[in-house]
Amino acid sequence: MQVTAMHFKRKAGENLRNEKLQKALEKLQTKFVDGRAVAIAELPNFEEIRDAATDIRDKVIRNLDRYLLRFEQEATARGAVVHWAETADEVNRIVAEIAHQHGLHKVVKSKSMVSEECGLNDALESQGLDVLETDLGEYILQLAHEPPSHIVAPVVHKSKEDIADLFEEKHQRPRTTQIAELCREAREMLRPGFLSADLGISGANFIIAETGSVLIVTNEGNGRLATTLPRVHVAITGIEKVVPTLEDVTTLLRLLPRSATGQSITNYVSVLTGTKEKGELDGPQHFHIILLDNGRSKLLGTELQPMLRCIRCGACMNHCPVYQNIGGHAYGWVYPGPMGSVLTPSFVGLEKALDLPNASTFCGACAVVCPVKIPLPDLLRQLRTRQVEQQLRPRQERAALRLWSWMAQRPAVYALGTRLAARLLRAFSGSTKRFRYLPGVTGWTSGRDMPAPAGRTFRDMYRSRRSS
Amino acid sequence: MSARENILARIGKARGPAAAVDVDLAIRRRQRGPIPALDKDIVKLFGERAVKLASDVTRAGTITEVPGLVASYLRERDLPMKGVCWPVMALLDWQDTDTDIEIESRAARGDDLVGITGAFLGIAETGTLMLLSGVQTPATVSLLPETHIAVVEAGRIVATMEQAWDRLRVERGALPRAVNFISGPSRTADIEQTVTLGAHGPYRVLIIIVG
Repeated sequence: MQVTAMHFKRKAGENLRNEKLQKALEKLQTKFVDGRAVAIAELPNFEEIRDAATDIRDKVIRNLDRYLLRFEQEATARGAVVHWAETADEVNRIVAEIAHQHGLHKVVKSKSMVSEECGLNDALESQGLDVLETDLGEYILQLAHEPPSHIVAPVVHKSKEDIADLFEEKHQRPRTTQIAELCREAREMLRPGFLSADLGISGANFIIAETGSVLIVTNEGNGRLATTLPRVHVAITGIEKVVPTLEDVTTLLRLLPRSATGQSITNYVSVLTGTKEKGELDGPQHFHIILLDNGRSKLLGTELQPMLRCIRCGACMNHCPVYQNIGGHAYGWVYPGPMGSVLTPSFVGLEKALDLPNASTFCGACAVVCPVKIPLPDLLRQLRTRQVEQQLRPRQERAALRLWSWMAQRPAVYALGTRLAARLLRAFSGSTKRFRYLPGVTGWTSGRDMPAPAGRTFRDMYRSRRSS
Repeated sequence: MSARENILARIGKARGPAAAVDVDLAIRRRQRGPIPALDKDIVKLFGERAVKLASDVTRAGTITEVPGLVASYLRERDLPMKGVCWPVMALLDWQDTDTDIEIESRAARGDDLVGITGAFLGIAETGTLMLLSGVQTPATVSLLPETHIAVVEAGRIVATMEQAWDRLRVERGALPRAVNFISGPSRTADIEQTVTLGAHGPYRVLIIIVG
């Protein structure tokens, strides 16, 4: 997927002024934030489970190669073919080769954020394959030619009226804005696609080393259809998704749906191992699993290593005051919100996503809700440090910080400077005692006024109180 | 070097030689995580939690009552009296239920409207059915039809998914091609985060607990 994270500021500004988007984003708060709170209150030992889940993820990440090799061994023994890919392009090439090798033309896909990383749909379409997204949200986005704006609820930025317009245009059926009817319409349009597809592509929420299995959680059932009906199934996932045992994955399943959508369990949890057995009436004959690196292994051994624990629940973005106000598209790549602000610079390069580590108020809500305790604000701070070290910040900002640092190390100069600034700002603030415009830092005053200082510095006031 | 070797080399280098664990041992230990406290009456709990996730639940004294219960469920809701069942359930007395119910045993097709399956186990913690794929238990029967009816024996309801894995290991040894955990009708909340039942799979699920 094309990276447009460099346009973050402009897009964030546009989205703040987009009333329809603002209305759509309100739903996140009531459904996801409140839903999660209720689901977690029902689990009295939530914190204990959260600690155990964090340990499981850390244990795997510390020995990622061993667990991946064990997974490969078990999956291969059951008849699956395991492929390794260093880059997105390699994934696209492998899938195209599989399609060619088996003579496949019609693809049904269940939701996979890793395939979004790869831009897989475009790559397969350019090879002449027919690709159909089957998750309702992803299907809507495919019709609208838009990227997802949330990793769990990809179409959260659209209203039912938007979707009604889109369906009317693309399906040539009478317009309806009833949500249940829109869902039925999509089901009827997609069912023939499932029945005629010869290649099913899915992601994997987890892969299990003990059994060589791929685990997929879905609510709609499209994940099950895409991995049951076509004669070939390709699962694409990141190398960090491995867990040791069925017991471990069960612990993680107590947290993933609760953190994501406030469900105690998703409607379907499918554990897929190997290919169709002899005499079985349904199921794929060939099962390929692609393990993608794409920058993940580079995080190992760095301060950003805890990010590899992520189980993609989306709780961090649901609770982020920045995401809640600007939506996912502004982040400019596959992963939005706090987790995306760490992943995007890590995967595509810090220089291409300069604003993302700064797109945080550091309120800490993301770290509080993360089911695997990723210290997201610390990781964002780490990326900010790297930006400064690599001289990636704008010259003006660097000069300002150098000046401040020089002054801060000279108390007398600092005291004089702040005293002058406080008085001057006070004097120029006029009768309102507020600034509607500040030259050089217009971004600060474009959405709110800056109150003028009291005219005296803290140190002045402290001194006068002590002496009185 | 291949992608596989490059990736493994990078991971190995980042970890360093000292820290490697015995993965075999870690996997063999199969350590369970913390488990939430659950009501002792797991059959009751299973039913309650299944209803909470929008399944319909009913009880049967013996397996022979199943065809009659299926027929009355379909009739009450004005659903087609015609469906498909797992081959393993073909022996049930579908014809002789003084109903006009017509059941074929095979994998489901796109236009089947009612699918009848058994279940390997029920899991009380979440009100979940655990179905295993196999020659006699095709996975499509619980998936393609608009109505899914599942029969589970009361004695085969366990408290947690951990217990279910243990039973699977003891009774089957290896995992089948597909283990499907099902918790109610298929659903989506993609449009305005509003939950709608019946996305790509069944619109309704009836669980018949036998015994």
